Amino acid sequence: MKTVFQKPKSLQDNKFHYCPGCTHGIIHRLIAECLDEMDIREKTIGICPVGCSVLAYDYFNFDTLEAAHGRAPAIGTAIKRLLPDRFVFTYQGDGDLASIGMGEIVHASLRGEKITTFFINNTLYGMTGGQMAPTTLLGQVATTCPYGRKAEWEGYPAHMAELLAGNEGAAYICRTAVNSPANVMKTKKAIKKALEVQQRGLGFSMVEILSTCPTNWGLNPVEAMKWMEDKMFPTYPLGEFKCVE
Amino acid sequence: MDRVLMKGNEALAEGAILAGCRGFFGYPITPSSEIAEYMARKMPTIGGVFVQAESELAAINMVYGGSSAGFRVMTASSGPGISLKQEGISFLSEGELPCVVVNVSRGGPGLGGIQPSQADYFQATRGGGHGDYHTIVVAPSGVQEMMDLTMQAFYWADYHRIPVMIMLEGTLGNLMEPITVREPVTEFVDKPWATNGCKDRAPNVMNTLHLDSDFLEKRNHHLQAKYEKIQQECKRAETFMIEDADIVIVAFGLMGRIAKKSVSEARKQGVKAGLIRPITLWPFPDDVIKSAAQTAKRFLSVEINMGQMIEDIKLAIEGRVPVEFYGRIGISPNPEEISRQIINIAAREGWI
Amino acid sequence: MAVEQQILFAGFGGQGVLAMGQFLAYAAMGIGKEVTWVPSYGAEMRGGTANCQVTISDEEISSPLTENPGSIVVMNRPSLDKFENKVKSNGTIVINSSLVDRVPEREDVTVYQIPANSIAEAMGNVRGANMIMLGAYLHMTGPVKVEEALEHFDAIFKGKKPAVIERNRQAFMTGVEWARNNQ
Repeated sequence: MKTVFQKPKSLQDNKFHYCPGCTHGIIHRLIAECLDEMDIREKTIGICPVGCSVLAYDYFNFDTLEAAHGRAPAIGTAIKRLLPDRFVFTYQGDGDLASIGMGEIVHASLRGEKITTFFINNTLYGMTGGQMAPTTLLGQVATTCPYGRKAEWEGYPAHMAELLAGNEGAAYICRTAVNSPANVMKTKKAIKKALEVQQRGLGFSMVEILSTCPTNWGLNPVEAMKWMEDKMFPTYPLGEFKCVE
Repeated sequence: MDRVLMKGNEALAEGAILAGCRGFFGYPITPSSEIAEYMARKMPTIGGVFVQAESELAAINMVYGGSSAGFRVMTASSGPGISLKQEGISFLSEGELPCVVVNVSRGGPGLGGIQPSQADYFQATRGGGHGDYHTIVVAPSGVQEMMDLTMQAFYWADYHRIPVMIMLEGTLGNLMEPITVREPVTEFVDKPWATNGCKDRAPNVMNTLHLDSDFLEKRNHHLQAKYEKIQQECKRAETFMIEDADIVIVAFGLMGRIAKKSVSEARKQGVKAGLIRPITLWPFPDDVIKSAAQTAKRFLSVEINMGQMIEDIKLAIEGRVPVEFYGRIGISPNPEEISRQIINIAAREGWI
Repeated sequence: MAVEQQILFAGFGGQGVLAMGQFLAYAAMGIGKEVTWVPSYGAEMRGGTANCQVTISDEEISSPLTENPGSIVVMNRPSLDKFENKVKSNGTIVINSSLVDRVPEREDVTVYQIPANSIAEAMGNVRGANMIMLGAYLHMTGPVKVEEALEHFDAIFKGKKPAVIERNRQAFMTGVEWARNNQ
């Protein structure tokens, strides 16, 4: 009998706790598939953030650490430096990476740490109930910008892929989305490419993945995908921003 | 064996290397930077890792990563930098991750000054960050102890799975004296919990989040049981002429060593003085203090702060003997200054 | 009981006073003594002078610090002004008379005056004043004998270029020579 579909080895049997229509589950699976295909599960150390994916260690089936809010790139730096033949990735949300952890991610990329970051951008703080994030769109309503984000009050959205691509230590920077089957496949390709960049020791790599938060956006899952395309794509264009060969 | 003239900070750093430390993560701050500079020179020559982090927060989280990967790792800082590290030290404590954190103390609050200080005693001995935890805290008093206690700190850190803090006054970091350089450590504690890749075993998770309140309570009981064991096993103190002492001086670090001379001087002038020098600040050597309180008439806590360790002395003595305080800020008091205090008390009490 | 000796070296930053103290510490260790060296730190730094304290003893040293050193070696006037009254009774004050334009007022101390900078200029090694001072000081009253210090000279300067060591040795010996002729 031919197996056409199976759970990746890099995932545990636990059911995801994520809300209906949330894309964390898709992204977890894509990472797990890539690790399986590259046969590096046993050499991988994943560092999880504070945020909705705080429990990612319950899903991944390899060594993981739970980081303090925003500090995953610092933790990853030390592990990779001390164990250079391992694969180290951080999995971070927009509050974790672009707000409290802005210093750590910028410096990890400046230093060219040979780690990979998966940056999940859903424009707000999901776990704590929909507060404004650095990535919240202009005009978007969140519980801490209840009248809609205004540049003169709350400043402008953070374009992390563009920002980090400017750093010499960054070898691969890409922004993808998981709104459609085609984009899911493109995201998987980007994840694998980022891990290959790490394997080749080229420098820091990051895939920014546009994600959904139907619960805090107040939309159903289908509407949420549409909202991502209509609202997020214009502010956060997809594509490769840096690719050192 | 030949003795080597070494600076305190160098002896500490060299002791760490002899103990097998292979990762140092720091951020410059006076007066601790010499340790980072020494490690920056040494680490690349012994296959170790030195990273100058972007902040104290990053540095302590690099320690978290390095320790979790199974390595002996260290960071060093001073005053405000140690405050910034406290979140990470809390995480390291709950993760039961061994590491050594050096605090070359400076006076505060705020930016304070860069002069010698022991004003971080409360912060060091009460945990320092959020949650119910302790770190082992050692206070060397000379250059040989800077090396020896650093090596001991790495052992305790691994053996008890706990962050160990080495606290010293800046003066001690700059003090030079001849020491015997120790042999490198060759036997290490196994770390089957390390997150270093799950080849041939089930995945390891390094996590400090416990949303289930029963489990959280269980974790706290586990930590408390460990702290109890450390209280039983790790208390260290030096005593000097306390057997017949009317007045017992309690002082730690270089201050403790300076006070030894004051005690000798007071004895010459007919005052029966003695000294207890806590070597571990946590666990606090309350047993020695308690037993000295059975015969002594008075205690004098000498600290380079406004009176912190005195609280632990009082707790140990449980009100049986009066405890007085003498403290300075931003300066290591001279032995003569302390002798005068002792003699003043003796005269006031009519002992001489 | 063995006598513990505490010496304070003081001068402007850049005059090499910390190195003078370190030299003495190395030499004392070389002859098997207990020794501590501690640079000025804290309040002492505020006076515009650099200084260090060296303690030498046959026994374990308790305090490396003291309010009242037995000897002071002062390289400039502010150091004399600051530390003259700290010296123990019957102690010693060694003065760089090239840069100190007064004599100590104390009458209960022994005073040595060495024109270290003039000698240094005469020998064409202006930066050697500190080693000249040391050589003369050790010959006159130092806690370590000149011959003992010379035995450990190379070890003290370990890692320095041979030319640098030689220049320092010459300055040191010039100081010793001056002391022999002027005592």
